[in-house]
Amino acid sequence: MELNGLVTLIVVFTLASFVGKELIGKVPTMLHTPLTSGANAVSGITVIGALIATGMVSSPITKWIGFAALIFAMINVVGGYMVTDRMLEMFKKKED
Amino acid sequence: MSDLKLALINLVYLVAASLFIMGLKKLGSPVTARGGNQLSAVGMLIAIVATLFYQQILNPVEMIVGLLIGAVIGLYLAKTVKMTGMPEMVALLNASGGVASSLVAVAEVERYASIGQGIPPLDTFIVILTILIGTVTFSGSIIAWGKLSTKMSGNPILFPGIRVLTLLMFLGVVGCLVYMYQGMATFTVDQTPVLYAAILANVFAFALGILLVIPIGGADMPVVIALFNSYSGLAGAASGFLIKNDALIIAGALVGASGIILTKVMCDAMNRSWLNVLLGGFGGDSAATGSRDFSQATVKQTTADDAAILMSYAQKVIVVPGYGLAVSQAQHQVRELADLLHEKGVEVKFAIHPVAGRMPGHMNVLLAEANVSYDLLVDMDDINPEFEQTDVVLIVGANDVVNPAAKNDPSSPIYGMPILDVDKAKNTIVMKRSMKAGYAGIENELFFSPKNAMLFGDAKATLSALISEVKAV
Repeated sequence: MELNGLVTLIVVFTLASFVGKELIGKVPTMLHTPLTSGANAVSGITVIGALIATGMVSSPITKWIGFAALIFAMINVVGGYMVTDRMLEMFKKKED
Repeated sequence: MSDLKLALINLVYLVAASLFIMGLKKLGSPVTARGGNQLSAVGMLIAIVATLFYQQILNPVEMIVGLLIGAVIGLYLAKTVKMTGMPEMVALLNASGGVASSLVAVAEVERYASIGQGIPPLDTFIVILTILIGTVTFSGSIIAWGKLSTKMSGNPILFPGIRVLTLLMFLGVVGCLVYMYQGMATFTVDQTPVLYAAILANVFAFALGILLVIPIGGADMPVVIALFNSYSGLAGAASGFLIKNDALIIAGALVGASGIILTKVMCDAMNRSWLNVLLGGFGGDSAATGSRDFSQATVKQTTADDAAILMSYAQKVIVVPGYGLAVSQAQHQVRELADLLHEKGVEVKFAIHPVAGRMPGHMNVLLAEANVSYDLLVDMDDINPEFEQTDVVLIVGANDVVNPAAKNDPSSPIYGMPILDVDKAKNTIVMKRSMKAGYAGIENELFFSPKNAMLFGDAKATLSALISEVKAV
């Protein structure tokens, strides 16, 4: 990787961190558990790296390492989003 | 691949990242939160589909099978986990996110090795960083899971030399980095030693994760899982640096920020510094410490029917649910009691301390599951001014979070911890199994207050007794 390329990525990372800090500061404490599990789902974005390693690289060893990564990342994606949905569905306001 | 196609796919990743951000913004209110989570999931789907068009696909079967296996396991976990088991679920998801990032880093090393090329120096650094964060998150989260699910003892495990050993494991990872860095010049044709170094780095990081978490007491695990939540995001971001993908970096940074903020919320609520938590040795089944002598003090005891009468004729009742409520699975009983009082014209609210339950926000989920309307769940800062006008506060399985010593006894270990000001209410009723001290192992002077009465017994059985007494009033 070129140094300049790295700096561009660091810029993206830093700006995204600020956005994250602003947004998460506004999430009410009531929703902190779904926030945590929802964040788990988002961190499953590694699935992209796993897909590339599994399906698009010629080395067979890379393929199987990627395959393992793919399974774990998908557990995060599907498990995270589904369990968050299950929780958020329960947050209801009862009308009098 | 053509430049145009690459540009298009990167724009699609930008759409995905934007959806993550918009989804997170919608988590700002319980009204929009569910839609926000779904929006975020759509972003993830778009990112996955775009990736399938990224390059020439060589192994379509493996890709589909891998996606499916992971999806089925994830679905099974999400559908079967009990709401009380959410901290364990999050620990498992943290572990799985961490190991996925580490594996992606190892795959990247292997890819270079397989074409007989040295890894660029900056990439070597990022590989090791990804492995360090990802694998520490993996093994540390498994230990956290073990402590949370009581598969292993919650007591802090400390032995002579553990700090030195921890440091050695970290140096081992650094050593692998140096070796890989050197290797670029040495192993021009055969890159296998570089791959071995990456695998060895994983072994060191795995041991490091275990050593970092075993000294931390079971009661502090909520802080640990919040922190590892952050790390799993950072590991994802690090792997994004490696494969130069903005979507991974943005998503990872968002999760990293989320975990750090939640860690801070938990530490503030427990009046501890994060360093104090992470150094460990606290929060096991340690012996009680108290600054005042309560051996001569007497407590007033009440019965279910007296308590029922007091609450039925009150104008305002606030329920303080604590960990004990979750343990005895009495959320439904407490909701039924609240409904009954509400029908009698009593104003009922729930006061939620940030560390009620087993992880940040956990008590809210448990009460929402029991059909408590979320507008009745009030945060500590908002409810504290209301206690003065409250007739009865019913404390179910909470202890330290209502201990006035946090405000007026500078020698108390919990002094300075933010608490619910229940002592300002006209009456308090504490439902408890026995006079045993709370998590911090200290006596609670609230119990000895003339305005307080104790209602001893199992939370679920006592609440059921209260319910029938209130019905009879």
